[in-house]
Amino acid sequence: MTTALMSDIYMFVLAILVGYEVITKVPSTLHTPLMSASNAIHGIVIIGAVVIASQARTDAGYALAFVAAFFAGMNVVGGYSLTDRMLQMFRKRPEPPAHDGPKELS
Amino acid sequence: MNAVTIAVDLAYLVAGVGFVVALHLMNSPATARKGSRLSWLGMIVAVVAALVSVIHDGTITTTGWVVLSVGAIGGAAVGLVMARKVKMTDVPQVVSIFNAVGGGAAALVAIGGFVRLDGGPGIGTRVMIATVLDIIVGPVTFSGSLIAAGKLQGWVPSRPVVFPGARFITVALTVVGVGAGCYLLAGHDSTWVLILAVCAALAFGVTMVLPIGGADMPVVIALLNSFTGIAVAIAGFVIDNGALIIGGALVGASGGILTLLMARAMNRSIISVMIGGFGTGDSGPATGPAAVGAGASIRRISAEDAAIQLAYASKVIIVPGYGLAAAQAQHEAAELAALLAEHATAFFAIHPVAGRMPGHMNVLLAEANVPYPDMKEMDAANLEFPTTDVVLVVGANDVTNPAARRPGNAVSGMPILNVDQAKSVIVIKRSMGHGYAGIDNELYIDPKTGMFFSDAKAGLAEITAAVKALVAA
Repeated sequence: MTTALMSDIYMFVLAILVGYEVITKVPSTLHTPLMSASNAIHGIVIIGAVVIASQARTDAGYALAFVAAFFAGMNVVGGYSLTDRMLQMFRKRPEPPAHDGPKELS
Repeated sequence: MNAVTIAVDLAYLVAGVGFVVALHLMNSPATARKGSRLSWLGMIVAVVAALVSVIHDGTITTTGWVVLSVGAIGGAAVGLVMARKVKMTDVPQVVSIFNAVGGGAAALVAIGGFVRLDGGPGIGTRVMIATVLDIIVGPVTFSGSLIAAGKLQGWVPSRPVVFPGARFITVALTVVGVGAGCYLLAGHDSTWVLILAVCAALAFGVTMVLPIGGADMPVVIALLNSFTGIAVAIAGFVIDNGALIIGGALVGASGGILTLLMARAMNRSIISVMIGGFGTGDSGPATGPAAVGAGASIRRISAEDAAIQLAYASKVIIVPGYGLAAAQAQHEAAELAALLAEHATAFFAIHPVAGRMPGHMNVLLAEANVPYPDMKEMDAANLEFPTTDVVLVVGANDVTNPAARRPGNAVSGMPILNVDQAKSVIVIKRSMGHGYAGIDNELYIDPKTGMFFSDAKAGLAEITAAVKALVAA
């Protein structure tokens, strides 16, 4: 057991607890955007692609780095743009196109 | 530790904090978009830090740069096009594909570490355990998510696919995968064993998702989302990187919570979902209206009858279900709601499992310009039903069955929308076919319920036209 491993484990466990606390407060209305947003966050694996690209010296290593970078790039950019696209559709009651009658419902 | 390493590590911490705050901002639709942008900023900070670190170390070759940039930019372009083009009804597939590539990338990071050191001095146990774990979890997520996406898209049959010996194959794959993993852990750096472990894990992902029915997909997507997060966190252990560990753990927690919520809302245990064996396909049983069970009498109504009830009601709740999503009738439903809202109170009550992934119905309605305050969650909506004049149920079945409040049947204990407490109920449904639970819905034989047999899209359009005629008259 090294200190590096120990601090990694601390970080992992605490992050799961923080995630639990934060995410239980998300209303079910936003569960699809939440899943898409968390999808985008796991695109952080792109850093792993950067690291293996920096260490690659063989053809196999380069091939792995290429596919990893491709997957991670797709994950990050796709994840964030899909999340944003969905979230911009969620709006409050629009200013009515001149209807009369009761407007406030809740 | 020199100045650059410290700065890079702090930047990873900033990114991690950004992710947490971003998820916190998702607790309201009003702040969610800000959260998503904050998360994006965190991601950019982390990527820049990684690049600075690599440049500072000076270990990357020119080929490495080319491979990295071409790969990342190519992937980004594909991801961008998919995210921009996808129809909102198809979001679950795309989310599944992003899960797949995330898990795949995590596995490749682990394998990359392995290949680099193959033949060299043995990898330390610290890294080895994480590497072997990721070589298993990553490919399972990758192939499992692709099969899930295929089922949602209809390329793979969405009914449970079972074949003789499937259980045996799953067990055999587990034994091979675990065995190969242990062999690698024991310090034998064999590329062939590595490939064997990866192949076994890939095949395991396929056999895991194939027997799961289409209706269980919300649970499966959430579970695979969680797996991907864990795979990424483990990759963080492999390369000793805090940003990956924090980001991955957050996603693991998020996916885990959603999995439990979905399973609870469907009245299923995760174990029974994973074992599979039953579940419905995308198209419900096409039995005619005559297929009513036990000879109980139902009251059929026409679009005009429904329109009269709706036009004179002062409070209407629309309950959309899977059938509405399948028929892509969200625009028709939104139009009717807007029309009714001109003279009455009208809003939507949404059960957690309506749609094809958690919260999917809300996205479909948001796309159809329904403002989010008009989408009530189950608990809020259940307070409203007793004072409601008319509830319009569109393509929802089991989640409205009052039998859930009694013990001793297939839906017992399932959280439902208490539609039967309203003064009257209109159900738009293609047939008397059963829902997922396979039992009769007692709501349909309630005297205050009127059944309007129609496709969700056509039925809603007819009712809207009839209401318009009444209002204009």
